[in-house]
Amino acid sequence: MSSQPSLKGSSFTLSVLQLDNRDAEQAIEYLAAKIAQAPNFFRYAPLVVQLDGSEHQVDFETLKRGIEALDMRIVGVTGWQHEALKAQIHGAGLATMQGGAATSQPTPSQAPSSHANKDAQTPARQSAMVVKTPVRSGQQIYARDRDLIVLGAVSNGAEVIADGSVQVYGALRGRAIAGAQGDTEAHIICHNLQAELCSIAGSYWLSDQIEPDYWQQPALISRSQDALQIETLQI
Amino acid sequence: MARIIVVTSGKGGVGKTTSSAAIASGLALQGKKTAVIDFDIGLRNLDLILGCERRVVYDFVNVLNKEATLKQALIKDKRCENLYILPASQTRDKDALTFDGVEAVLTELKEQGFEYIICDSPAGIEHGALMALYFADEAIVTTNPEVSSVRDSDRILGILDAKSRRAEQGLEPVRQHLLLTRYNPQRVVDGEMLSVEDVLEILSIPLLGVIPESSAVLNASNKGVPVVFDSEADAGLAYQDTIARLLGEERPLRFVQAEKKGFLKRLFGG
Repeated sequence: MSSQPSLKGSSFTLSVLQLDNRDAEQAIEYLAAKIAQAPNFFRYAPLVVQLDGSEHQVDFETLKRGIEALDMRIVGVTGWQHEALKAQIHGAGLATMQGGAATSQPTPSQAPSSHANKDAQTPARQSAMVVKTPVRSGQQIYARDRDLIVLGAVSNGAEVIADGSVQVYGALRGRAIAGAQGDTEAHIICHNLQAELCSIAGSYWLSDQIEPDYWQQPALISRSQDALQIETLQI
Repeated sequence: MARIIVVTSGKGGVGKTTSSAAIASGLALQGKKTAVIDFDIGLRNLDLILGCERRVVYDFVNVLNKEATLKQALIKDKRCENLYILPASQTRDKDALTFDGVEAVLTELKEQGFEYIICDSPAGIEHGALMALYFADEAIVTTNPEVSSVRDSDRILGILDAKSRRAEQGLEPVRQHLLLTRYNPQRVVDGEMLSVEDVLEILSIPLLGVIPESSAVLNASNKGVPVVFDSEADAGLAYQDTIARLLGEERPLRFVQAEKKGFLKRLFGG
């Protein structure tokens, strides 16, 4: 049974070419410049073409040939609003796609270049990772691109790491690392501070560097001017 | 339905084998058909504690390698008729333990109508310890009231949550119990030992029992009679309470308060 093929739904992260200006040649030139910066990264990479919803004509044949010549492959076209346009896309041998997070927030006024750069630098906001069990000695939890919330305790010898902030509702006895990718705005909040190490965006304190007044107390640790700051959590 | 219970700790010398022997004997005394398996391949001890070392013919590894049947290797205890012991091999190493082999032995024990299967884990977090805990439904985490033992127990609890069969298959998690051994209430008062509360705060799992530090335990091990048979000793009574709790009974904790010194003793010291 298991050797039979099966059709399943799945989601992927894909690069999207925002075609605000309907000029296929210009879009290809833009792509070529991008690829020149990182040729191996884009080689045979899948690409989705996003239309802006206006009624201008697009030369899909030129676009397809141009992109394939750059060694990228069009997975599909999204953002079409008329059946006639859909037929044209199919006529060029391309698939039509619906949905995608980007379609719900179209920003036609922005130039493609500034849009792409923004995407590369700030990843989409994700809701926090919530851990409902205690984090035991020897365990490591990493919340990529998001905050981390631990409802239990973090034991000695355990590590909780987040690219965003770290919040621990039990006792924090292990290591807490917030802003792991360099976010200096990240913070560490815990209800009982007994940490082996606290770090925000590379600045860190070992347990003996934490002021004794704050030990075993609820605390908020943040970073300002390249140094860590601590304050008692008043609730 | 058989309950597979691993007695584990991470750290060595905290009382896993003593507790395995006492708990298995206690369950058998309560009329439960019980098997106890020594997973400490190469460092066989359980047979000594249970006083059956001279009756070992075949062992766990012989059964895994199909050199003997399970029936041939199981040793029937002389004191309680419901207790059977599967000793470890002293001459092989722990790599003899395989997932399929161990599973086959456990399945056969279940088919033979055993109600409790106690797995006595070796120390550490290596292959032998992982094999002992992999198939467990419940775990008795044996801990001494000192920081290194508590941290190692914490590590083992994490492994139970991540690497047991129940965790891997997304079943109901392994039920965890804390057994605090070698507890000395006077040393707790003197600040030389962690208290029951301290340990519970760090490990946050339900407490199954507290066994007081007692010379009766060492005597029992040397004689090969599990301490649970000694109803004169605190440790024996504490194990009896522990077994009752494992069977669902509610019993208050005993032997956790330091003895109050009398007036004369306080006056003249003692």
